[in-house]
Amino acid sequence: MTVATIAGTPVHVDGEGFLTEYDEWTEALAQHLAAGIGIELTDAHWKALRFLRDDFRTRGETATLRRVSTVGGIPIKELFALFPGKPAKKMAYIAGLPKPHGCV
Amino acid sequence: MQRLLILGGGTAGTMVAGKLRRRLDPADWQITVVDHDDDHLYQPGLLFLPFGDIQAQQIVKPRKRFLPDGVDLVIGEIARVDADACTAVLAGGRELRYDQLVIATGVSPRPDQTPGMLGPQWRRSIFDFFTLDGATALKAALKGFDGGRLVVHVTDMPIKCPVAPLEFTFLADAYFRGRGMRNRVEIVFVTPLPGAFTKPIAAERLGTMLDDREIVVEPDFLVERIDADHKTLISYDEREVPFDLLVTVPLNMGADFVARSGLGDELNLVPVDKHTFLSTQYDNIFALGDANNIPTSKAGSVAHFSVEVFADNFVQHIAGKPMTGSFDGHANCFIESGNGKGLLIDFNYDTEPLTGTYPLPIVGPFGLLKENARNHWGKLAFRWIYWHLLLPGRRIPLPANMSMAGKHQPVKEPQS
Repeated sequence: MTVATIAGTPVHVDGEGFLTEYDEWTEALAQHLAAGIGIELTDAHWKALRFLRDDFRTRGETATLRRVSTVGGIPIKELFALFPGKPAKKMAYIAGLPKPHGCV
Repeated sequence: MQRLLILGGGTAGTMVAGKLRRRLDPADWQITVVDHDDDHLYQPGLLFLPFGDIQAQQIVKPRKRFLPDGVDLVIGEIARVDADACTAVLAGGRELRYDQLVIATGVSPRPDQTPGMLGPQWRRSIFDFFTLDGATALKAALKGFDGGRLVVHVTDMPIKCPVAPLEFTFLADAYFRGRGMRNRVEIVFVTPLPGAFTKPIAAERLGTMLDDREIVVEPDFLVERIDADHKTLISYDEREVPFDLLVTVPLNMGADFVARSGLGDELNLVPVDKHTFLSTQYDNIFALGDANNIPTSKAGSVAHFSVEVFADNFVQHIAGKPMTGSFDGHANCFIESGNGKGLLIDFNYDTEPLTGTYPLPIVGPFGLLKENARNHWGKLAFRWIYWHLLLPGRRIPLPANMSMAGKHQPVKEPQS
């Protein structure tokens, strides 16, 4: 775990640049993180990111795409359009949450 | 007389019954298990069935045989749980009241959740192997397969035993080599994860196992639908993977009664505290095994170690004391890699699978993340251990929480 300075703010990140402290995230930071991976945040992006942030606060786990779709009401197809290629990973990265993980 | 009701007589439910019957005085506590049939399926055996290495009668036995005296088995469909009234209702209207409830009804593959999966090609060119019917049908299909593209596919996480699809792929490779037709079979592994292995040390050690076997990996593929007419998987981002034979792991979901009872999340899994398995909604409901939402694999190994922690906790809980046991997410499993070899991995919520050895008196140590014959025999021997020691709730000399003994510590913090 290291401390990186993003948009002028020192934050704790892991080896892949995912924020490790929930409370260090800000909306300004999210915009900067998104821009870094070529995404300009629109209202549709924010709806997904806010769902992820709120859901993590109550459950302590990053929501899966299926959960964002079923509970958050944003179709998976749309999530792929908003965060192309790897939506689950990209959303977690921008929302300052741990990335989804496998077992081996 | 107090009543403990256990919904589900699978791995977790059976173990809970065995361990708690010993801890609870029969004069004070009645224990009842409910399941929809009397067939206990040893699910790890399903992996071997399509290749003819195991027969159905070796992996199905009556549930009743593994429940101790003093535990009632009720056969019936669970319609719903009325948690406020502390009652489970069966189809037909029979009501079972409880003081404490354990939900251990597991997860089931749901091919109906992916458009096109259940259709004209289901069990013709599209197969699952996590059900007895599916594995049996697949055995015939593999036998009749005369070459083409075999796609092994995972719909979405969580699945039962995340390594099983990989093991299936390795065994299929060995199977077709054995039949002298591997050069006529293209094998593709399609996963919603970023790769076949996602943990750094396992990926580094095992990444070449797929290349060595000429297995192509299609990562980050989340299936939206199957075009049965063109035998093609189509992802949400419109990538296409055609197949001649598809072996898929459908979406896994908890039991429908969990949803009907308002006790489940979006996959009908019961939200619980990940260290104690106590429901986040009700103080007298626990969910164990695959039925809960703890962030681990859906695996018998997790169920086993969970129940070890749960049994003592439960006794404290009903005495009105705080539960002192805390589950750490421990799991271990043998990974079958074909040609009579296998690997072993051991990990928990915080520690990824590491190299080293897994100490075990007499038969061990087993090599971790290392391919050898001993791990294969360990996996085969486990079926005996399951039926004779694990299910009846006998003590097995494995610590419930993970131990670092024998493991090689990474030199620096793993970058996960």
